[in-house]
Amino acid sequence: MSSGMPLLAIVALPFIGSLVAIFLRQNARNGAAFLAGTIAFCCMVLTGFQYRAVGRGGVLRLSVEWLPTLGLDFTLRMDGFTWLFAMLVTGIGLLVVLYARYYMSPADPVPRFFAFLLAFMGAMLGIVLSGNLIQLVFFWELTSLFSFLLIGYWHHNASARDGARMALTVTATGGLCLLVGVLLIGHIVGSYDLDDVLASGNRVRSSSLYLPALILVLLGALTKSAQFPFHFWLPHAMAAPTPVSAYLHSATMVKAGVFLLILLWPVLSGTEAWFYIVVSAGLCTLLLGAYAAIFQQDLKGLLAYSTISHLGLITLLLGLSSPLAAVAAIFHTINHATFKASLFMAAGIIDHESGTRDIRRLSGLFRFMPITATLAMVAAAAMAGVPLLNGFLSKEMFFAEAAAFHIDSLLDHSLPYFAMLASAFSVAYSLRFIHGVFFGPPATDLPRTPHEPPHWMRFPIEFLVLACLLVGILPAMTIKPFLSTAVRAVLGPDTPYYSLAIWHGFNEPLLMSVIALIGGIALYWALQRHLKKGIDGPPLVRHLKGQRIFERVLVTLSWKWARSLERLFGTQRLQPQLRLLVAFAVLAPLWPLYRQGLEAGSRPGTAFDPAFLLLWIVGSLCAIGAAYQAKYHRLAAMVLMGGAGLVTCITFVWFSAPDLAITQLLVEIVTTVLILLGLRWLPKRIETAGEGLTMGVRARVRRVRDLMLAVASGAGMTLVVYAMLMRPLPDTISRYFIENAYSEGGGRNVVNVLLVDFRGFDTFGEIVVLAVVAITVFSLLRRFRPAPESVAAPEQQQVQDAHDRASLDRAVGDTLADYLTIPAVIMQWLFPVIITVAIYLFLRGHDLPGGGFAAGVTMSIALVLQYMAGGTRWIEARLRIRPILWMGLGLLCAASTGMGAWLFRHPFLTSYFQYLDVPAIGKVPAATALLFDLGVFAVVVGATVLILIALAHQSIRNPRPARRAYTPTMQAVAKENA
Amino acid sequence: MMELVFALAVGILTASGVWLLLRPRTFQVIIGLSLLSYAVNLFIFGMGRLRIGAPPVLENTEAVDPALYTDPLPQALVLTAIVISFAMTALFLVVLLASRGLTGTDHVDGREDGQ
Repeated sequence: MSSGMPLLAIVALPFIGSLVAIFLRQNARNGAAFLAGTIAFCCMVLTGFQYRAVGRGGVLRLSVEWLPTLGLDFTLRMDGFTWLFAMLVTGIGLLVVLYARYYMSPADPVPRFFAFLLAFMGAMLGIVLSGNLIQLVFFWELTSLFSFLLIGYWHHNASARDGARMALTVTATGGLCLLVGVLLIGHIVGSYDLDDVLASGNRVRSSSLYLPALILVLLGALTKSAQFPFHFWLPHAMAAPTPVSAYLHSATMVKAGVFLLILLWPVLSGTEAWFYIVVSAGLCTLLLGAYAAIFQQDLKGLLAYSTISHLGLITLLLGLSSPLAAVAAIFHTINHATFKASLFMAAGIIDHESGTRDIRRLSGLFRFMPITATLAMVAAAAMAGVPLLNGFLSKEMFFAEAAAFHIDSLLDHSLPYFAMLASAFSVAYSLRFIHGVFFGPPATDLPRTPHEPPHWMRFPIEFLVLACLLVGILPAMTIKPFLSTAVRAVLGPDTPYYSLAIWHGFNEPLLMSVIALIGGIALYWALQRHLKKGIDGPPLVRHLKGQRIFERVLVTLSWKWARSLERLFGTQRLQPQLRLLVAFAVLAPLWPLYRQGLEAGSRPGTAFDPAFLLLWIVGSLCAIGAAYQAKYHRLAAMVLMGGAGLVTCITFVWFSAPDLAITQLLVEIVTTVLILLGLRWLPKRIETAGEGLTMGVRARVRRVRDLMLAVASGAGMTLVVYAMLMRPLPDTISRYFIENAYSEGGGRNVVNVLLVDFRGFDTFGEIVVLAVVAITVFSLLRRFRPAPESVAAPEQQQVQDAHDRASLDRAVGDTLADYLTIPAVIMQWLFPVIITVAIYLFLRGHDLPGGGFAAGVTMSIALVLQYMAGGTRWIEARLRIRPILWMGLGLLCAASTGMGAWLFRHPFLTSYFQYLDVPAIGKVPAATALLFDLGVFAVVVGATVLILIALAHQSIRNPRPARRAYTPTMQAVAKENA
Repeated sequence: MMELVFALAVGILTASGVWLLLRPRTFQVIIGLSLLSYAVNLFIFGMGRLRIGAPPVLENTEAVDPALYTDPLPQALVLTAIVISFAMTALFLVVLLASRGLTGTDHVDGREDGQ
């Protein structure tokens, strides 16, 4: 283990470069390419230097603690295998950047392209170098995201958008599965650290969670690597610019799935489930991909299917669970990246220089671009597995493994034949690529006259083809040390003996190769006639379109089902929502009740008092009456509700809660005033005669159902409350509050000490909420538009005015003015009295029932009474009440009292108290909590008065009526009554 | 027995509240919420169990015996809840008035059924 700082640089540099590239000018093609190239080069060189450390089997690590309690650290890690992959990502990245510099049109926003490309490179390096599984999944999803952005780079193009969306949906869903799988693995192992996981292979494989974890991880890997049945997204991803196809969709991102399988190979492989799932997925993909590739008319489509098929080959190898197969898989991963990237770039050049990628239109290009053609031919030969090229070596290893014996099953026995068949297919499509494009009569109807590309555009291909040749001819001198480091890092002590030689003598694999080559040529020749017809897509399975199935599934999921769910649970209608909530609340407790039953409590009950029963008979009648009357007789309902409130209030007194009783009583008063003020603006609802007869069946059903729900929830509450009351009170924190209320808080009224001292922070929150509500009400009412029906003066007032008009000695409005003369005088006289009561309640609050809340409500009642007595205009001419100021000062007072504690280095809202000797009164307690309570008082006064006055002001505001939103028809009225 | 009456009281308040909550008219919902908040307040208050003549106001301040007093914590919780429920009623009432003005109906959805 040595310093891992370079690892951080390797991962971070591309992201930084991406950020910089975003800010380049739209047309800064050279600048962006230069930036991207430099970064890729730096990363590659940095990675290269690490070989000294990992080449001898070492592991580089960098760990930064992030959430140690959850086992989540930011960990970067590099061993021989990941080094090789990082080299692949950075090296091919550099070549692709160079290529893209010439490929991209100056008309495109090129800096954005390079920004995405660099960010992708960073994400890919993040996957490769992650030392933590969750972190790996994070980067995994990032690659999906950047792949989405890159595929959709030409977003004006519908097929690019569709392809991008499909790729994202498939790979990101797979990533989600992978996340769950990784969580399961982490759960089994007890750590997400890759080294820990790699060391616990046996534990994972023997766990009962192995199979779900395996399936989920495989879902992630197989979707990413476009394996059957998730392969369909890759051909559609070809709508991306060709550098993207070369880089993401052949060399790197699609290899992430394979990379993960290799990475976790020591942990997950070796079981039957692994063999059957991975081998069959790989085999299907190998055969289907190769078969479909033969019949593609689009050059990139052919390459895409061929990529799918080669990825299938690698997956198949990994599924075999033998160390030699793993070697072959790693080797083929590298080889495929080299020849396929160069082929994609060649296809891009052909497209770029001739204007089309359609094999039916392309022909005889050899004479226009001989160098490119030669390079492409070598690369295609490597793809077909022709000797002296790198593809041949790994294909030989594949054949050897396919022929070897693994698990006694039909699948295993048939492998060699399928391997040869797939190989013959690959020869056929390679031939098609070469023969169809470069040979034959020169094409005549091309959009552009083809010619050789600029030299530097061709350079990446030259380089990669040279690599194919060197590896193919001199494997021992070129790739061997790197490959063996990588293999040792994955397989450890299980590393088998293998030889990288061109000639192993006449053996089974060579025979298979020869058969496949000859078979492939024969197949291509035999298919000539069919291919001439120019039908797109392979015969037999042409109609089995993954895309169409995908679209249908997507529509079903995201449209049909979503719509049904929305209909069921949507928030458009309140009643079904509430009904669901209530039903759930009623049903949910049944489960614990069923599991554990209900036993009677042991607490002795309180002695029965008939008066209490009588009290609640009245209270219950009030509640039920309110429920019954609320539709047509709002005033009655309000009065009845007040009755229930009063009974509640008496209950508080009865059971030792004087503070609650006072507050409840006072709040009851303001609530009544509030609703009365509101009723003025609520048009009457007239009960029509014989309503019960017109009520429909559905309405009846609804009522019965609601009644049942209501009764059930009431019964449930009764049961819960009774069960709770009959159980002894456990020892709670209340003991602490009672014992310390006086010694710590300096007050004898424990409830008040709790509010302003022990739980002062909660109370602070409460008064903030109160202030917010008051301001909301105020602002809602500023542009209040009442219903058109209630704009005119109320009925009673109209009668009074008519009476005034009829009497000779009265002016209009006299009755209204005289209406409350005597009570008004009393109310005005009461003003100072009530204020005194408020002050009294406030001051005694800390020791006796009372306090800021009660005093505040009392004070607001005093003010509201004046409004009722004198009328809004009268009172406001005499007394300026500024409730917002009250609230502001109150909040300020409470907050600054709390913050005052900071001056003495105590936490927010720590209180302080002592006794002061006031002349003539004697010792009085003075606590900072009193100041806080003053704040509470002021906020409560301000908020209550603001709400009530804002509503009262509507009467003198002469508001504009709202435009009629809808006119009730006879039909609607009938329904309304239901 | 007092416990049973108390429990039944909470149950009846809840049932009336829930019934009104499920009604289509906004005013019914407001009354329902108020009734429901009585029930919930009583429920929380009951968490301290029913005690007669033991208000949490300390008499002697030297050695305090917690067994002599009822539980102050639920009371403190309910006290703020009472004030907040007033604020809630006020807010809903204003929203109801505004909605009645703007939509022309006092249905909770702002439109009559089937429209």
